[in-house]
Amino acid sequence: MTATVPDVEATIAAGVTPHLGRSPRRSGRASVRRSPVKNRMGYVFVSGYTVLMLVFGVFPALYALVLSVTTIDGSFAGFDNFAKVLGDYRFLPAVGHVAVYLAIWLVSLLVLVVLLALIVHAIRIRWLSTASRFVFYIPGALAGASSVMLWLFVLDPSVSPVGPLLEAFGFESFVQTINPANLPVVFTVIAFWTGAGGWIVIMYGALNNIPEEVMEAAKIDGANAVQTAVRIQLPMMRKWIAYMGIMSLAAGTQLFVEPQLLSQASNAVVANDYSLNQLAYLYAFQQNDFNGSAAISILLLVIALALSAFFVARGGLFEKD
Amino acid sequence: MTALSTAPGHVADRAAARPARRSPALRGTPGQWSGRFVVALVLLAFGLFFAIPIVWLLLATTKSPTDLIQNNPFSFGSLDGFAVNWNALFAFQDGAVVGWLGNSALYSVLALVITLVVSVPAGYALALTEFRLRRALLVTTLVVMLIPNTALVLPVFLELNSVGLIGSPLAVILPFSFFPFGVYLTYIYFNTSIPRDLLAAARIDGCTEFGVFTRIALPLATPVVALVAFFSFVQNWNNYFLPFVMLPASDQYPMQVGLTSLLASTPAFNPSSAGAASVQLPTLALATIMSVLPVLIVFLFSQRFLVSGMTAGGTKE
Repeated sequence: MTATVPDVEATIAAGVTPHLGRSPRRSGRASVRRSPVKNRMGYVFVSGYTVLMLVFGVFPALYALVLSVTTIDGSFAGFDNFAKVLGDYRFLPAVGHVAVYLAIWLVSLLVLVVLLALIVHAIRIRWLSTASRFVFYIPGALAGASSVMLWLFVLDPSVSPVGPLLEAFGFESFVQTINPANLPVVFTVIAFWTGAGGWIVIMYGALNNIPEEVMEAAKIDGANAVQTAVRIQLPMMRKWIAYMGIMSLAAGTQLFVEPQLLSQASNAVVANDYSLNQLAYLYAFQQNDFNGSAAISILLLVIALALSAFFVARGGLFEKD
Repeated sequence: MTALSTAPGHVADRAAARPARRSPALRGTPGQWSGRFVVALVLLAFGLFFAIPIVWLLLATTKSPTDLIQNNPFSFGSLDGFAVNWNALFAFQDGAVVGWLGNSALYSVLALVITLVVSVPAGYALALTEFRLRRALLVTTLVVMLIPNTALVLPVFLELNSVGLIGSPLAVILPFSFFPFGVYLTYIYFNTSIPRDLLAAARIDGCTEFGVFTRIALPLATPVVALVAFFSFVQNWNNYFLPFVMLPASDQYPMQVGLTSLLASTPAFNPSSAGAASVQLPTLALATIMSVLPVLIVFLFSQRFLVSGMTAGGTKE
């Protein structure tokens, strides 16, 4: 989950990609000269990046794959490591934790981000619209450990700015607030607080890209705000909503920093094997079982790669020539 | 980044075609009014949700530990209180915080420099030159860009561990420098915003291929270079998992990881840590602010630039 905010930012910036004028590029295509010199310069220009990509993208994945199917002395182990981690008594609970968190987080993210974007977009008072986006977006600066740290304070009834609210829900102490049963909601709140603003800004941009004529036509036909939202705006934001869903799903499976810090801050009321990434970490650092750690990493990586590849192939949001 | 937008004139046309938009609609049926009321309520609720924690955190740094618990959460402590917390924070473990902040700056900035040096030419080559495996490189870039960066942390750890690089600053700086998103951003920019005829003209005038890049394309790409620099810096500075795994020694921690050392020494959260070196809650609050300060400043002062970059082609203003 360290990934959430950078991801969202990355995503926002990726917002530059769609709707870019294609025509000038297409017509310009013909004038590209592909001399041999140019060929060679192309290789020179991409060389540094390609090396980094191989060393920190491709090789680590392949190496983890090799580790995951070998034993500690390097002989072939087949699926033994996978069987071992799948059979670990901590594995299924970790899957369960992540799944419950994902379900709550994705639903609230999708519903609230779309709703807030529609509202901010509908505001006629310009300063209010700008100010709202600003307030929603700023928490994105606090990512990873910093935002979790801040929320440790907010969730501790003795110092919390919303102490009375926590007490109204029956939480008298920090340990009660972070009762394991509450954690999926707690993580959702933290992730939403940090990341939603970026997505709202993206969705706002997507709404602005809907041609004014379409909106006018709907108004002339007598559609009210809700009908316009449901019949026109939502369908036209479909790709972006799918993008947000898939990216958030991929990032959510990686949950790490939130439970890690809560575990530390709560004297292990929150277990340090709450999520899958934590389990992979424990395998490597506590049990010195790199093969087991690699097996869990590969499972997580496969999920992330599958979601990403699916979106690149089918999402239609990114230019790939 | 407005240069990235499809047609700058288009936005202006739209605004002109919509004079009604300027007058705040003060008329309306009772139904519209209640709708507006609900909307205002939702906005206010979420505005408070996003703003309260930050406001509280800023105020908390000015209070003494007892003020923090007893006084109104939104009261201002005192400047003296702030000074006390400041001194306590920088006295922690003989000024460890200074070292952590320095490490964060060192790792983030070095990685940022490498990122720019490799990404901008790569984006340029992907957009404007032809070479074998170009499309494969582009698609791989996209796929890797969209996977969460935490997904590769343990695999990279296992790899670097096998070559004995764990504990070296390079184990953080080099993985940070691999930033496919930066390549993709520059690719899009060069692909759409640089007139190819301009580059062709430079060639006819006898400019070398390298000169075409450094003298023509690069100066035109300043906005996108700034944007890549920003995203790279923020991502590096805020990264927790990678340095947490790669750097075992406390004096090598970046601030994000150092923050957890402070947390471990806070008796309020970790009663076993009570002692001379313990950290009080307001000091921890100040540490949290310090850990994001550079990023927060960039967010505050370049928000307009960033947001217009993020949603170029779609902004109203």
